[in-house]
Amino acid sequence: MSASSDVGFHAQRHARWHYGEAAFWLIVLACGFLFPSRYLIMTDILRLALFAMSLDLILGYAGIVSLGHAAFFGVGAYAAGLLALHGVINEPVLALIAAGLAATVLGFATSFLVIRGVDLTRLMVTLGIALLLEALAERFSNITGGTDGLQGIEMQPILGQIPFDMFGKAGFFYSLAVLFVLFLLARRIVHSPFGLSLRAIKNNPLRAAAIGIPVNRRLIAIYTFAAFYAGIAGALFTQTTAIASLDVFAFDRSADLMLVLVIGGTGYLYGGLIGAVIFRMLQEVFSTITPQYWQFWIGLVLVVIVLVGRQRLHYGVLFLPNLLIKQIAGRKAVVTVPESEA
Amino acid sequence: MFEHKTFSRAAAIAAVAGLAGLAPVKAEDTVKVGLILPMTGGQASTGKQIENAIKLYMQQNGDTVAGKKIEIIVKDDAAIPDKTKTAAQELIVNDKVSFIGGFGVTPAALAAAPLATQAKIPEVVMAAGTSIITERSPYIVRTSFTLAQSSTIIGDWAVQNGIKKVATLTSDYAPGNDALNFFKEHFTAGGGEVVEEVKTPLANPDFAPFLQRMKDAKPDAIFVFVPAGQGGNFMKQYAERGLDKAGIKVIGPGDVTDDDLLNNMGDAVLGTVTAHIYSAAHPSQMNKDFVAAYKKAFGNRPGFMAVSGYDGIHLIYEALKKTNGDTDGTKLVEAMKGQKWESPRGPISIDPETRDIIQNVYIRRVARSKSDGELYNVEFQVFEAVKDLGKTKK
Repeated sequence: MSASSDVGFHAQRHARWHYGEAAFWLIVLACGFLFPSRYLIMTDILRLALFAMSLDLILGYAGIVSLGHAAFFGVGAYAAGLLALHGVINEPVLALIAAGLAATVLGFATSFLVIRGVDLTRLMVTLGIALLLEALAERFSNITGGTDGLQGIEMQPILGQIPFDMFGKAGFFYSLAVLFVLFLLARRIVHSPFGLSLRAIKNNPLRAAAIGIPVNRRLIAIYTFAAFYAGIAGALFTQTTAIASLDVFAFDRSADLMLVLVIGGTGYLYGGLIGAVIFRMLQEVFSTITPQYWQFWIGLVLVVIVLVGRQRLHYGVLFLPNLLIKQIAGRKAVVTVPESEA
Repeated sequence: MFEHKTFSRAAAIAAVAGLAGLAPVKAEDTVKVGLILPMTGGQASTGKQIENAIKLYMQQNGDTVAGKKIEIIVKDDAAIPDKTKTAAQELIVNDKVSFIGGFGVTPAALAAAPLATQAKIPEVVMAAGTSIITERSPYIVRTSFTLAQSSTIIGDWAVQNGIKKVATLTSDYAPGNDALNFFKEHFTAGGGEVVEEVKTPLANPDFAPFLQRMKDAKPDAIFVFVPAGQGGNFMKQYAERGLDKAGIKVIGPGDVTDDDLLNNMGDAVLGTVTAHIYSAAHPSQMNKDFVAAYKKAFGNRPGFMAVSGYDGIHLIYEALKKTNGDTDGTKLVEAMKGQKWESPRGPISIDPETRDIIQNVYIRRVARSKSDGELYNVEFQVFEAVKDLGKTKK
C-alpha cells in the first residue's frame, strides 16, 4: 500500500461511525428520560458542551488558542435576547440562527487580527476583544440593560408548537437537538479534506503552506465557523434561561472553557462534550457540599488531573469496561482513548 | 405451616403500612427553605452575613416551628442572575422548598420573580433594595430596605443642614439609579444643586479617576451609593485623594458605611453622615444582645445585611406559626402581610399592600466609640415608620 492511500485509508477509518459514538448519543438521549428532575443542569451541560466544541474546532484542529471565546457567546446571547425582547424574530429556531450569524460576522471581522502572530499574541488579542465587548455592553446599558441585564424576555414556542416550560424539559430537548445537528456538521467538516488540511496547518504551518494549503484563508474560515457555534451556544443560553446579563462576556466563561477542554482533551470533538459533563458535575457536587469554598476543590481537582495526566486517567477509567469486553466478547477493546489528542 | 405463612403475610402488611405511614409523615414534618446567596465573588460578604444571621436565629429559636423542622439549603449564585434562576428552579423542582430567600443583588431577585409566581412560593428578599422588586411578583416579600427609603431622607436632611452643592457617585445598576434619582428629587426640590454626576461600574470599580473629578468640582459634599462590601475600598481611595482634607464630606444611604467594614476604614470616615435602617450601635437592648451574640458566634460585627437575614428568617417562622405549619404559598404570603415585630434595627412591619418593609430610618454620623475605641454609625435623628416612597408615589 502506498503512503498516500495509507493516509486516505486511515482518514476514512476515522471518519466512520463507531459503536461507541452511537452509544454515547443514546446515553445522552436516555438521560433526558431518566432524570426528569435534572433538566436544568443537563441543559447547562449541553450548552457548555456546544460552546466547548466551538473552542475545540479552533484549538484542537487548527491550533488557535483563545482566551476570549466568550465574546462570540456573548454576542449570540445578546442578539437572541434583543431579537426576542423587541419581537424582531419571535420564532426561537430562526432567532437562534440569526444570533449565530451575528456572532459569525464578529468572528470573521476579528479573525484577521487573530491570524496575525502566534500563540501569546493570539491569547492577548482574543482576551482583549472579549474585554472590549464587555465594556461596550456595560457602556451602552440603554440597549443591553447593563449590569441589570436584559429583563423581561419572553420566549415564544419552538417552531410555534412547543412552549418552553418551567421545568426545562422543552429547553433540554431543544438544546440536545441543536447540539446533535451541529455536532454532525462539525464531524463532517473535520473529516473532510478541509479538516485534514487544518491539522496539517496545526502541525506545521510552514510546511502546510509549502504543499499548497492557503493557511490564512483556512484559519479565517474555521475561526469564523467556530464563532458561529459559540454564538449559537450563547443564543441557546438566552433562550433557555430568558436572561442575558453582562457575565456572558466574562473572562471566567472563556477560562472555564479552557478547563473543560483540559479535562476532556482536544482534537476529537468529544473532548468538549465529556469535559463539559465532568466539569459541571464537579461544580455541582462541590458547590452543594460547600457553597462558599467549592472553587478550592475544583482547583485542586484540575491540578491533580494535569499532574497525573489525562492519558493515565483515561486508562484507569476505561480499564474495567475494556477488561469486561475482552472477557465476554473475547476481542480487543472497542472503547479506546482517541489517538489524535493534542 | 399455615400459621407461619399468615405471620409473614401480616408482617409484610405491617411493614408496608409502616413504610407508607412513615414516609409521608417525614416529608411533611420538614419545611425546606432555599437560600440563594452570593457566597463567592464580589458580593460574598452579603451572602456570608445573611447565612450567619440565619444560623444564629435558628440557634436561638430552635429549628422547629409549628411542629415542623426547618431545613435550610444554601446555594451560591455569585450574584449572577442566570445562576440565581437555575438555583431557584433546582430548589423548587428538586428540593421542593416552601420558601426561597436571600438574593444579594436586584438582578438576582428579579430573575427569580417569575418562578416564585409560577410555583406560588414566597420569595423573601433579604438584601436587594430596588423599589420595583416587590411589584414583579405577588409572592415577593422584602425584609431588607429600599434605596428610596434612605435616599429621600438624606436628600431632605442635606438641604436643611447647609449643604448646597453636591456631587454624586453611584454604582451603575438599578439600586444605584434609584438612590440617585430619589436623592436628586428631594435635594433639588429643597433648593440644592447637583454639580457633578458620576456612575461607576458595579464590577471591580476603580473610584480614583472619578474622585479626582469630584475634587475639582469643589462640592460641599459627595453623595455616594455603592453596594455593601465596596464601601471600604471607596473610603480608602477617598482618603488617598485627600478629599477629606479638602473638606468634602460624604453623605448617602448607609451602604457605604456598612458596619462589617466600617471599623477598618480609618479616620477619613469620621463625620460621614448617612441615612440608613440599621446601625450596630442602635441603642436598644435587643440590638445589644444581637450584636453580642453575633460577635461571639462569628467573630465580627453584624451589618445591615445580617439584620435583614435575621428578620427574613423571623418572618418565615412567624408565617409558619400563623398558618399552623401549612406550607401553601398563597396562605404563607397572606400570613406575612401586616406582620409587625421588634427587630434589632427597631420596630418594623410588612406593608400589607405592597409586601414591602416599613421601618424607621435613622440619620447617623460616624464617630469613635469611647467604650471600645471602634468606629460606629451613631444615630442622632429618627424618621419613624417610613414606607417605600418609590411606590407610595404611584
